[in-house]
This record gives sequence, structure tokens and C-alpha cells, in this order.
Amino acid sequence: MNLHEYQARDILRRHGIPVPPGDVASTPAEARALAERFGGKVVVKAQVHAGGRGKAGGVKLAKTAAEAEAHAKAIIGMKIKGLTVQKVLIAPTAEIASESYVGIIVDRASQRPVLMVSPAGGIDIEEVAAQTPEKIQRLPVDPRYGLLPHQAMSLGFFLYKDVKQARAAADIMQKLYATMYDVGASLVEINPLVTTPDGTVQALDAKLSVDDNELERRADIAALRDLSAEAPEEVAAREAGLTFIKLDGFVGCCVNGAGLAMATMDLVKYYGGEPANFLDIGGSSNPQKVVAALRIITGDPHVKSILFNIFGGITRGDDVANGIVQATREFPLKVPIVIRLTGTNEREGIDILKKAGFSALSDMDDAVKQAVAAAKGTAA
Amino acid sequence: MSIFIDQHTRLVVQGITGRDGSFHAKQMLAYGTKVVAGVTPGKGGQQFENTVPVFNTVAEAVRATEANTAVIYVPASVAASAIFEAADAGIALIVCITEGIPVLDMTKVLPYVRERGARLVGPNCPGLISPGKSKVGIIPGNICQAGRIGIVSRSGTLTYEIIHQLTTHGLGQSTCVGIGGDPIIGTNFIHCLAAFEADAETDAIVMVGEIGGTDEQEAAKFVTEEVKKPVVGFIAGQTAPPGRRMGHAGAIISGSSGTAAEKMAAFEAAGIAVMKRPADVVPLLKKRL
Repeated sequence: MNLHEYQARDILRRHGIPVPPGDVASTPAEARALAERFGGKVVVKAQVHAGGRGKAGGVKLAKTAAEAEAHAKAIIGMKIKGLTVQKVLIAPTAEIASESYVGIIVDRASQRPVLMVSPAGGIDIEEVAAQTPEKIQRLPVDPRYGLLPHQAMSLGFFLYKDVKQARAAADIMQKLYATMYDVGASLVEINPLVTTPDGTVQALDAKLSVDDNELERRADIAALRDLSAEAPEEVAAREAGLTFIKLDGFVGCCVNGAGLAMATMDLVKYYGGEPANFLDIGGSSNPQKVVAALRIITGDPHVKSILFNIFGGITRGDDVANGIVQATREFPLKVPIVIRLTGTNEREGIDILKKAGFSALSDMDDAVKQAVAAAKGTAA
Repeated sequence: MSIFIDQHTRLVVQGITGRDGSFHAKQMLAYGTKVVAGVTPGKGGQQFENTVPVFNTVAEAVRATEANTAVIYVPASVAASAIFEAADAGIALIVCITEGIPVLDMTKVLPYVRERGARLVGPNCPGLISPGKSKVGIIPGNICQAGRIGIVSRSGTLTYEIIHQLTTHGLGQSTCVGIGGDPIIGTNFIHCLAAFEADAETDAIVMVGEIGGTDEQEAAKFVTEEVKKPVVGFIAGQTAPPGRRMGHAGAIISGSSGTAAEKMAAFEAAGIAVMKRPADVVPLLKKRL
């Protein structure tokens, strides 16, 4: 789960990291009031889970409160990469002497949190890594001892020659490391970490992603989820216990297991189709989950055929078959459906389907070929 | 032989009285796995299915039954703790089926397990099966057949699909290992490749990877340097969009890294025969055996 910039700034501030003032507004009037409080000269930033906000016109500088209000009016409601902006961050424009980068990720290769720092801040760290890798220092941290003071200090000196600034940066890094474990983040990033003309070190912009597996035990963090920032069908899927990701194609896919779901999408493409979605109904599927899955898939007007690929292990064929039959009683499918069903309770499942007038295949390739052909047939 | 589990595997099931644990403990017993003990705190002294003694702790179970392998079916909120407990009790092979363990917990679990000389398979995995000898986890026994192909995979049901292809074409398996779909796991492709290479009863290896991370690329390098047996590989997620978690916590293309194309190229460069679809596994293997 990604947090908005204003939420990440709040969390960092609560963990003792110096963050310049700023607050969030949902209406142009609120934006104006905040801008007045900050003296008029502010930046208005769209709060949306998408990169390239500036290029999309979602970040504007204002010289007066009235100008801030006008910018907020233009930005709130604007769509950036398909997501509607609901809130803007209002922050006083700061004078900046230097921009650096500090981030921590959970590194898969070393299986440890890795601190990354660079004096080349303010731009995408992947770009820095690709073009000037010597400007990045990486430090894998032993999670049993945490980030040790001398390690943080040496990274501080990599950023700043001045000992006071190096010390301030080291302190921020240790607090950032603590924040990561405290909120269950998979990524925390300060970009840029700035120095002001008077020499203070501050976190100007922050990014924080929380591991979804942490949310069950952290109700306060889970409450920060912004449902308006997500596609509605993905929210509905999560509430039904499904994993759903919308894609641009026309063959709706319903599969048990993430790996098989990906392989099914790939096979749709292999046989000349385009998958409309990734959908994993999970392991212990019950008929209700299948009904919910079909409701979501049929809600997409681009779907021209529906493909079930079920290899029963924990998932039972009869459960899936019952779900399909039940769904067709509740709402019309409108497009052809192709079902591949094998594994646990395969025979029972096929019997249920036959009685309801459906047929089932046992081979994955056959099913995918048929689903692609059916989609193209209805499209033509 | 086979790798990691065989007829000498003496299994303790952590969470044996739970919904998933009891269901799969019965399946493993029916398959012939030596399920010697179960653990559920507070239910020590009971018998599971009138044959398996239940203990309050893994340490007691090990003392009483000489269990050497543990399989974990407890909920995600207590799964990390269950792995710590198994490692402390001297279990050599710990298989964690549970999905949903926070990745930061795993950064602390793994050094602990390794310091005690134990191997962890998973988490978020279907476990292992050495057909005809032992099954630890949830891979359906009826789709497998004893034979000489080793399988290692990050996935569950996709592994079943591959096993199904092999079995229906008369290619049996020595061991199938599901290593799990999380970003941080105890046993990776390289560990399994090394074990299969050393196993006298494995003739060829099937590797099933997916998008996200660099495990497959590292494994390809290892194949070039250390593996003489034929290897056939598959990567799921060729049509996956970047930046989205495709069900598995570890299946995500970050920036431009971890794509299927990158992994397939690494396989090809290492002389691994690359399947374009699961049904290619049998013809590619037959060409190399």
C-alpha cells in the first residue's frame, strides 16, 4: 500500500525527522486559508499515487494565497494517469542550497534492509543508478543490530563535508530506519533531503510504501488507505478476497493461483489474444468468491470472452462449478465462457456444469485457444 | 535418493488441529508421509486421527518423537514465531506454507534459522513432494509419479500444471520443491539446483520462475558454472504490467528490473531450454534426455 506524500510527511515528522511545514487541503478555499497561514508563497502539489505529477501539471508555484486557490481549483479533480486528484499539499516554498537522496528498501538479494544515499537528489534514483552509479552508496543493514551510529555517520559524510550537517543526516537516517520497522514499510524514501541556505538539513518530500502483510496488525496505518486512489473494481476484488489487476485486453481471466494466472495471461497472448485482467481466486475458494470474480470481470465492457483455468489442489472443482452456475442465475454473462477444470473434484464439477448447460475442457492450451477465438468471433 | 525429503523424513505438523493443518495432515498421512507429531499449544496430550500425538511445543514433540522436519500451517500473525520455535527445537528442515508473513519479520527470521544450521523452505509455498516416499505440504499426491525429473518452482498451481504435463507423458519426478512466492525466502533456486545436480536419482531439472527480483538470473549463472544436467525453464508473467504485484508478494517488476524478458534471456544465455508455454516442457525435456 502506497501512502500519499502528506501522510508520509506526517509519519516522518512524528518520528522526529525535520520536515518543513505544510498541510493538506481538499477544497480551493482550504488551500487559500493554508496559503495565507504560510505567507502566500507556496507550492500546490497534487496528492495522487502516480509519478510525473509535475509534468502532468499537478505541481504549481503560487506567489499569493489567491493564486494558490486558483491552482488548487485547477488541480483538484484533475486526472493524472487515470487517477482523480482529491487533495493537494500546500507547503511554503523553501530556499534550497543542496538536494540529496536517502532511501531504505528491503533488498531481496541480500535479504536485508539496504540504505541507499546519494548527493544527487531531487531526481529518480533509478536514473542516478543507471547514469552515475558512483554517486550512490548502498549499505546492507544487519536487522539484528539495526543501523549502527558509525555506519550512519559515514553515510552522512558521503553527503556533506560539514560535520554538523553530516551528523544531522546520520540522525535522520537512524530515525528513518526506525520508522521503517515501526510502520512496517517496504520502502521509505526522502527525495530530496535538502539543506537550506542557513545550513539546516530537512526532508522536503517523502515516499512511503507499506507491506500489505503488515496491515492486519497495524490498524492505524491501514486506516490511511485512500480507496479513491484505487480502481473501484480492484477495491471490490480485495473486499471479496480476490487479487485482481485490470489490463487493457479483451479476454477475461479467472484462475486459481498467482503463477498459473500469470501463465494463463501469457498463453492468451501466445494464441493471439490480449488478457483483460489478472485474477487469482486464491486457494480455498468458495462459490461466493467465484460469483464475485464473475461480477467484476463482466463489469468490464471490453471483455469479449471469459476464460476459467482451474487446476484444483486446495481449490475444489465443484465449488468453482457451483459458483459459475450461481453467478449466471444472478446476472447475465453476455459473452461466451470457456472453462478448463481439472484436479480435485473435477468429475463433480464437470457434472454440475453439464447439468446447467456448460461444458468443460481438461487441457489448458485448448481452453485458451477457444477463449481467444470466441473473443474474436464476438468482436467481429 | 531425492532431495530434502524421503522415507526417513519424520514430520511434525505445526498447527495440526487448525482448519488447513488438519486437512493437509490427513492428506500427508494418506500419502504415506511419516507424520510423527503435531503441535498446537494447549492441546498437548491429544491424539490426531487416533495415530498422531499432539504436543504443546515443538521441543517436546522433537524429544518424544525424533521429528527432523516441520511443516507450518499456522496463521500469518504467528507464523514467524512458529519458524523461530522449530529452529530452536533443532528441526533441520522447516517448511512454511503460510502466506502473508511481513517481509521485515523474515529479515529477522532467516539469520536465526541459518545460525542454527536449519533449512527453511518458503514461506508462502506449496511445500515439497518426493513421489512414492514423502509429501510435506499441499502438492496433490495423485498428480505426481515417481521418476527422475527434479522440479523447482516459485509457484503453486503452475507447478501442478507442469507436474501434470510430465506425469501424463510418463515422465516421473524425483522431488518437486515449491520455494514460494515471497520476496524473501529461505531456499532459492540455486540451493535446489545444487541439490538436484548432486542427486544420483535426478536426470534433468525443470525450473519455474516468475517476474520480480533476480533469483532466476543468479540461478542461470549458477547453471553455467556448476550444473551439468539438462535444465528446462519457464518464466510466468510475460504480459504482467510493471509496478503491480501479481498476486505473489514477490512477483513485481520494479522500474525496469525483474521482467520476464530479462529472465528468459538469462536462461538462454546459460543454455537453459526456455519454454514458451507450460506444454513445451515435455518435448524440450525429451530432446535433452
